[in-house]
Parts: sequence; C-alpha cells; structure tokens
Amino acid sequence: MNQLLDLLKRNARKSNADLAGQLSSTEEAVAAQISAWEEDGTIRGYQAMVDPALDGGENVTAFIEVRLTPERGGGFDRLARRIARFEQVTSCYLISGGYDLLVMVEGKDLLAVAGFVSEKLSTIEGVVSTATHFRLKSYKENGFMFGEDHEVSRLPVTP
Amino acid sequence: MDIQSKLAGHLQAIPRSGIRDFFELVIGRDDVISLGVGEPDFATPWSIREAAIYSLEKGETSYTSNLGLLTLRKKISEYVDDFFHVSYDAGSEVLITVGVSEALDLALRALLNPGDEVIYHEPCYVSYSPSIVMAHGVAVPVPTTKEDGFSLKPAALAAAITDKTKIVMLNFPTNPTGAVASREDLEGIAKLCVEHDLIVLSDEIYSELRYDEDEHVSIATLPGMRERTILLHGFSKAFAMTGFRLGYACAPPELIEAMMKIHQYGILCAPITSQAAALEALSGGRALYEPMKNEYRQRRDFLVERLNGMGIDCHLPGGAFYVFPDIRKFGLSSKNFAMGLLEAEQVAAVPGDAFGPCGEGFLRCCYATGMADLKEAMNAMERYIGTL
Repeated sequence: MNQLLDLLKRNARKSNADLAGQLSSTEEAVAAQISAWEEDGTIRGYQAMVDPALDGGENVTAFIEVRLTPERGGGFDRLARRIARFEQVTSCYLISGGYDLLVMVEGKDLLAVAGFVSEKLSTIEGVVSTATHFRLKSYKENGFMFGEDHEVSRLPVTP
Repeated sequence: MDIQSKLAGHLQAIPRSGIRDFFELVIGRDDVISLGVGEPDFATPWSIREAAIYSLEKGETSYTSNLGLLTLRKKISEYVDDFFHVSYDAGSEVLITVGVSEALDLALRALLNPGDEVIYHEPCYVSYSPSIVMAHGVAVPVPTTKEDGFSLKPAALAAAITDKTKIVMLNFPTNPTGAVASREDLEGIAKLCVEHDLIVLSDEIYSELRYDEDEHVSIATLPGMRERTILLHGFSKAFAMTGFRLGYACAPPELIEAMMKIHQYGILCAPITSQAAALEALSGGRALYEPMKNEYRQRRDFLVERLNGMGIDCHLPGGAFYVFPDIRKFGLSSKNFAMGLLEAEQVAAVPGDAFGPCGEGFLRCCYATGMADLKEAMNAMERYIGTL
C-alpha cells in the first residue's frame, strides 16, 4: 500500500506538514495526493475510533451471519447492496465459508436490533437464514486496541 | 574495615559517570520532559514480544550453546551479509552476547595487555573509557569537532597512533552526537589500521537508524579490514529491544574464540528468551523498524530546525536518535545550562561533557520521545534561553 495511505489509516488527523515530514515529501504534494484520492473515491471519508465502553452511549452492536440465495447474473451483489443500504447496517462483507454475508448492525437496544432482523432482514426475498451474535466487548478495532492504557515508564536518564 | 583500600586500584581511577550524576538530579521529579534517555520510546514490536512469550510457554528455559543458538547465529549471519555486505560463518565467526556492551568488554579483555593503547573518538558512549581501563588498557581519546560533523578524521587518528596502539574503536552513527562517517573518512582510517596493524572494534549498533541518502558503510567491508575488525551489533536500538539485552560480535574465528573464552566463564550464554525474541526480530527485519525510523527522521528534522531557528547552533546528525546542539554562546558550562533548564522548565537533557571533555559546551538531546513532548521541550528551551 502507498505509505501516505498507510499513515492516514493510522491517524487521519495528522497535519499535512507532519505527513510530509515523515515521508520526506512536501506539504503541497501531500495535499494534492489526498485531494486526488478524495476525488476518485480511494478515500471514502474520515472517522474517529471511539472506545464503545467509554463513549457514554448505550447502543448495541450485532454481527449477523446471513445466508442468501445467489442470483443469476449478479451473484450476491444486488441483495448485499440492498442490505448494506439500511442505516442500521454499519458494515457488510461477503464472506467465504458457512454463510454468505457478515452484516454488522447497530441499534439503540436489543429490541431495536431484533426488530431489524425479524422485520427487515429476514423478510427479504432471497435471505435464507440469519444468525445474530451480540457484541459483548471490544478489544480491538481497525488497528486500535481498547482498554489497555498502562504506560511502561522508562528511566528518565540513561546512557 | 577500610573497604576503599580493598578496592582494585584501576577501578578507583574510574570517575563516577556524568550520566549518573545527572540521573540523580532528575529521578524523583515526576513533571519532567526527558530528552535524556538513550533508548527507543517505542515498545518492542508485538510479534517479537509474542515470540518471547511463546518460547517461554514451550518451556525453552535452558542454557544455549556458549556462542548462542545456532539458528540465531545463522540468521544473524544472513542479516549481516545482507545489511552490512560482509560474510561471517555462523559456526565460528558469530558470538551472541548480553548487549553490545558485553561484546565490547569481551573484545577489550581478549586483546589488551596492560599498557596497550586504545584509540577512540570523543564525544562517545560513556562506557568506552571505563571499559578500556577495566581491561587494563590505556584510553586514548581523539576529540572530534562540530565542524567535522563529529566524524573521526584520518589525520586526527594518525596523530594519536603510537607504537603501543593496539585497537581503534569506532562508533558510527555515534551516541551522543548522531555523527556518521563518510566512506572517504573510513577508507583513510582503514588504511592507517592496515599500515599500523591495528584491530578495529566497530560498534555499529545504530546503523539501521540512518536518515539520509548515503548508505551505511561498515569499515569491515573495506580492503584489508575484515581480518582485523570486530563488528559489534545488536537488537536494542533498531528493534527497540534494550531490555532484552542482546547483541553480537562478528569477527574472524581466532578473535571470536578468544572472546568466547571469557564469555563462557563470565556469562555462559545470553538468555534464551531474548535469543528467541531476536530470531523473530530478524524474521520481521526491516518492516519492523522502518515505521519507527520514519518517525525518528521526522523528529530529528523538527528538532534541528527548531534549535537553529531559536539561535542554538545544531548540526544535522545523520543517524542514531540524538542531536548535539552547541550551547557555548550562552557562556554557561554544559552542566549549568542543563541544570538551569531542568530547574526553570523541567526539561532534562544530558550535559555534553558526560561523553568526554570535548563534549563540553554541548547538550545531548534524545529524540526517542513523542512529538508532543518534543514540541513542548523546544518551547521550553526557547523560553529558557530568553532568560540567559
């Protein structure tokens, strides 16, 4: 992967000057490259990585395994996109193995998610079955560890 | 009982470390931004730590061969060949030690007879002179200057060589100055070493951490040098593994054999857990240290720009993670400048004279510290010099 993309994926709030410094490039070149990526859709957006245990919210997240009947001429694409468009769905992946789609759903409580699954998801023509797993705790997301803040101290002066 | 009188005479001749003095001033204060450390601020990459844990889980808790695990020596041999471009036989020319410090001590003790002279360039790592003295050698420092980028010039070396000289010690990139030696300087040094039949101890612990275009050149690769060079390297700096205490020496078999003699009775072998970790470090290689190196480069550029911008003359060091600004124009000794900075602004940087008399008038600032702290430290430095 491009080094600049790699740095942005780890910290999108780094200033262009910092990024340029790290890549031995110029601020202008970094800005131009980022704009180009935003333009062509390589970069879809920017988000904060928030620890769900600390954000004060009470949302619940579920991972739903969905089995689909594939369609001639499009495979899973039409159904997958249809499911992904729901605003409750935060991520949606086509997966190899025992089921087809892994759908991440967020709702304000258990009932909201259950309602989405029974009312929306499983009633879609082509959805064969669903299995819903609720998240209990997050340890790591997109490269960020949660709940591990102990700092190891170094001696203040060493040779 | 008068214990003092019982202590070995040559030990009494070694003064207290200047670093230690400064350490005692800083320790116990919790509000200090420290530019005084000599180790990476990154934790060892997880894959390396995990390999150490796995090795423990498997019950690998025994001694290893005195030389170190053969698998690790093979990996080291490959790595050294690839990185330094010099080949060593894993069976007889590589010795794994407890850090480069032990390797250095072994080499000096294996080679020196009382009165033999060892030339090294100052400012330098604090252990060089004491290690020579403890091995009953005579320490012959050659001062280097800011104007020469703190590199050792062949002419300066030539002037220090006598018929008692046995060893030349080199450390590029250098702690505390970040200096690197050009190929030209190294060629001149090599020529002198061949001419005078000298052994070279080359401490290249910072060699991965070079930030500019020019490639690291090991003196062992120059004509006539492999047979007379002990190449010292380790895992502490590039792989952020200081606490694992693991280094190695590469040299012709007779030298390794002699060093091993001391190592086997003194240490027996380097810790097996650290050796397992080191194996993983070399499997990961460049990809593990490159992100840290990029970060260091950015910090170096920032510090040098800020220091020069506020009127403190600072050369651009080519490697390691230290800058060595010149504070002579403020008319304070290194020690007083550093103590004043600590008192007024709670920023710790090590007085340059801790690394040899010619470091007087300079300060060692380590940039193995987060960017936010570096920015704060530079603001503090600017406020401080405004009061001088």
